[in-house]
Order: sequence, then C-alpha cells, then structure tokens
Amino acid sequence: MSVDKPNAHVSHREVRQQIKLPFSKAVEISLKSIKIRFARSIITAAGIMLGIAFFASVRMSAEFSVIHEKIVNETVAAFQAGKLHHITEDQTRMISSATTDVKAAKQDALAARERLDWLSIMALIVCTVGITNAMLMSVTERYKEIGTMKCLGALDSFIVKLFFIESCLTGFISSVIGFLLGWFIISLVHIFTDGLPAFGAQYWTSSLTLFGLSVLIGTFLTFIATIPPAFRAAQMPPAAALRVEI
Amino acid sequence: MDANEYVVRTKGLVKEYTMGDQTLRALNGVDLDIYRGEYISIMGPSGSGKSTLFNAIGGLDKPTSGSVFINDVDMAQLDAQELAYLRCHTIGYIFQTFNLIPVMTALENVTLPTIFAGLSTDDGIERGIELLKIVGLDQRLHHKPFELSGGQQQRVAIARALANNPSIILADEPTGNLDLKTGQEIIALLKRLNVEQGVTIISATHDLKMLDISDRIVWIRDGRIDKLEERKNIELKMGEMEGEPVH
Ligand SMILES: Nc1ncnc2c1ncn2[C@@H]1O[C@H](COP(=O)(O)OP(=O)(O)O)[C@@H](O)[C@H]1O
Ligand SMILES: [Mg+2]
Repeated sequence: MSVDKPNAHVSHREVRQQIKLPFSKAVEISLKSIKIRFARSIITAAGIMLGIAFFASVRMSAEFSVIHEKIVNETVAAFQAGKLHHITEDQTRMISSATTDVKAAKQDALAARERLDWLSIMALIVCTVGITNAMLMSVTERYKEIGTMKCLGALDSFIVKLFFIESCLTGFISSVIGFLLGWFIISLVHIFTDGLPAFGAQYWTSSLTLFGLSVLIGTFLTFIATIPPAFRAAQMPPAAALRVEI
Repeated sequence: MDANEYVVRTKGLVKEYTMGDQTLRALNGVDLDIYRGEYISIMGPSGSGKSTLFNAIGGLDKPTSGSVFINDVDMAQLDAQELAYLRCHTIGYIFQTFNLIPVMTALENVTLPTIFAGLSTDDGIERGIELLKIVGLDQRLHHKPFELSGGQQQRVAIARALANNPSIILADEPTGNLDLKTGQEIIALLKRLNVEQGVTIISATHDLKMLDISDRIVWIRDGRIDKLEERKNIELKMGEMEGEPVH
C-alpha cells in the first residue's frame, strides 16, 4: 500500500486559496442531512406545511365563491333568455343559495373572507418565525459538525449554502404537501355543496395558479427564515469542533 | 529527511481568554520548533493549555500575541480562504470525540476532505477506500458512525485526517474516549502512519502510553513549556538509574 508523501507545497510564495465547491456537492450533502435528521426536518416542515395548507384553503374557498357566482349568473341569464329548459338539481341548489343571499349577507361574507386572508398571512408569518427558531436550535445542535467541516476545509460560504439548500428543499416539499392538503379538503367540501358543475376549466386554472403561488410563498418564506440561522452557522468557529460536553 | 527542516514553529505564543473582567492566560509564551516527520507528544495535566496550543497550531483560533509558522508561512498573514486551504491540505485533525459527520458513512466521511480539495467523486472514493484499508476498516465502508465502535470511529477519523496527504496530523487527546486496549491500538496506528507515511504527528495527551512511541515529549504546565525531552534521553535516564553515569 503506497500513499504519496505528504505535500509540503505551502511555501512563502505559494499560499493557495481554498476552492469553491460545485453546487451539486452542496445539494448532495444537504439531501443526506435532511434524510437522516428526518424528525427535525419534519418539525421544520410541519410549520410551513400547515401554514400553506391554511393559506391554500382560504384562497381556494375564495376561488370557489367566484366560480359559484359565475355559474349562478350564467345559469340565470341562460334561463331568462330561454335557452335553458331543464335545470339540474345542482344548479337549483346553487341558485337557491345565491338568491337567498341578500346584499348585506354578501358583504358580510366578503368581510369574513378578508379576515381569513389576514389570518392566513398572520399564520404564515408565525410559521416563518417558528422555522427560524427551529433552525437556530439545529445550528446549536450541530456546532460540532459545522466546526469539523471547517477543520476539513469548508469555507463559510459553503456552510451558508448547505443551510439554504436544506431549508429551500424542505420549504418546497412542505409547501407542495401543504397546498395539496388545503386544496384537497376544500375541493372535497365543495363537491358536496356545489356539485360537479363547479369543477370546470376555471377550477383547474385557479387551482394551478394557487399551486404556483403557494409553493412560491412557502419556499420564499422558508428561505427568509433561514437567513439568521445560516449566518449564525457560518460564524461558528472551527475550534467548536474540539468542545467536549461534560 | 532534513533534520533542520521545521514543519511548525511557534514564537512567544500567548493566548488569553477574557471572561467578563477576568483574563486567563492559557498560553504564556510558548516557543516550540517541530521537525518534519517527528512524532511529538504534548503532555500535561488537564487545563494546562494543550488544547489551546492545538488550536493555535491548527489555525483554529488566533493567538493573543506571538506567531505560528507552518512550513515557514506565518499563519497570521493568511486570509480566510488561505486558512481554509491550509486546514484542508496541510493539516489533518483528530479529536477526542472523533467528530465524524453523523449523517455520512465511513467512506463518505473520509471522502469529504477530498471533495473540499476539489478531487472528482471517483478519485475521492478510490482514495477513501485506500485509506480505510490502511486503517483496517475496508469491511466497514458503508457503516454510519453510530454503527461503529469508538475505536473504529477513531480509525475512520484518522483515515479522514490523511485524506489530502497532510504534512501534519494534529491530534487532541486521541485516546481520551477509548479504553486502554483500543487506545493502545490507536497509538500504534498513529506511530505506524508516522513511520510509513512520514507524516508529522503532534498529539496533545495526558496518556502516558504515548511516551513509548514519541520522538520528543513537550511537558506543558500552566501555559508554559516545563521541559522538552527526547526519547533517547529518557532511555538514557533509565540507564542512568541502573548505574551507568551519563553526561
Ligand atoms: N474558550 C475558552 N474560554 C475561556 N477559557 C478557556 C477556553 N478554552 C480553554 N480555557 C481555559 O484555558 C485553560 C487551558 O485550557 P485547555 O487548553 O483546554 O487545557 P487542556 O487541553 O490542557 O486540558 C484552562 O484553564 C481552561 O479553562
Ligand atoms: Mg484539552
């Protein structure tokens, strides 16, 4: 077994700079971290997942009211124009619920929806703070690992990258799950109240838009939440690797 | 080996820790020259400043005053990226608590420094397998740290320290968390690597088993070098006790 002799190439003239690692390496290491620390990742993810689920359900309800109103208007218009002779059971139900809505009641509903919108935004902010907190704790737990990586030659920027990739992946995945959760539940509810006519082209386009919006917001908020922990981690001195807990 | 070539030199090294209004002098003027290729043990009671010296030599902490030269480069002159390069290529670290990355297998742990050094994945893996073979763990490549015994974890850590062919291996109490027999095995392994690979080994310890295999022993007390012994002299002294006059 032969191994090259130690390198003594660091001399007066030649002090080299540490290289920057390719992004793919950071992704690889981050994925391992998420997989192994699954429990911790779930806790971080649960916050953003529930927040996004709530957000998606509130927004989806609003979309349904718009769709609902549109169908009612169209049906009534068609009926009045004499184009429609037969009204289905679903349509009857939707129209009757729409016509019992007096103007005041409609405004109440609108105000309630606005309150819910605010509530969902507040929920998302609370989630963001929660993630920052959970990640800061995870930095404290991982001081030895971070210190060791620095001893092995990791640059501060690499540690920052690790944390950002880890949290963005977690944020993305939990936003997708959160959206599906909120979206599915609200859709299920509306199958029973509005029936199938509500699930037309407009339903699918608004679902898709909301999906994009939810994932964007969820990932972005997780990213923002990770800024303080990531920089705290990068500032961890390499000497932290030596600390021995008693 | 050029006996006059120093791999590490420290000059008037002082390290003070300030806590509140109290200042503690952990290192109080340490001048130490370490030859390339030697096995040097830093001995001393707990709290004498061994780890502080380890930090200073390893570029992990800045001394309050004084300087450290690694291969004739003044560490204080290096910026963050150059320090990282030094840690990656020139020094291999071994810790009392092994410090393997818990989410990675033995092989991935050993490969990690090669990734930081810019080696391709395939080359890194080849190197990792070779090193794990050297430390006798080629049957445990894909075990996670928690699936390995303390001695095995320290072997992985030693393989990892060697990953980028460092000129220096710095070990802080490498046997501190191991039982007597395992500790002896680790010491023997370090000595073997010192002889076979020519890597300089600097080991802070209060494990007297280290005495037998060290080329020199630095006794440190209260942040100062108390005495510096060569093994030859220790052996001579033993002879002296048997009645042979020296000097
Ligand atoms: N980070 C620190 N902050 C304050 N005091 C420290 C710190 N590290 C070490 N010390 C003090 O410096 C002295 C030397 O410590 P250390 O180098 O760890 O000794 P050893 O490794 O020989 O046991 C001790 O009195 C210790 O309490
Ligand atoms: Mg110590």
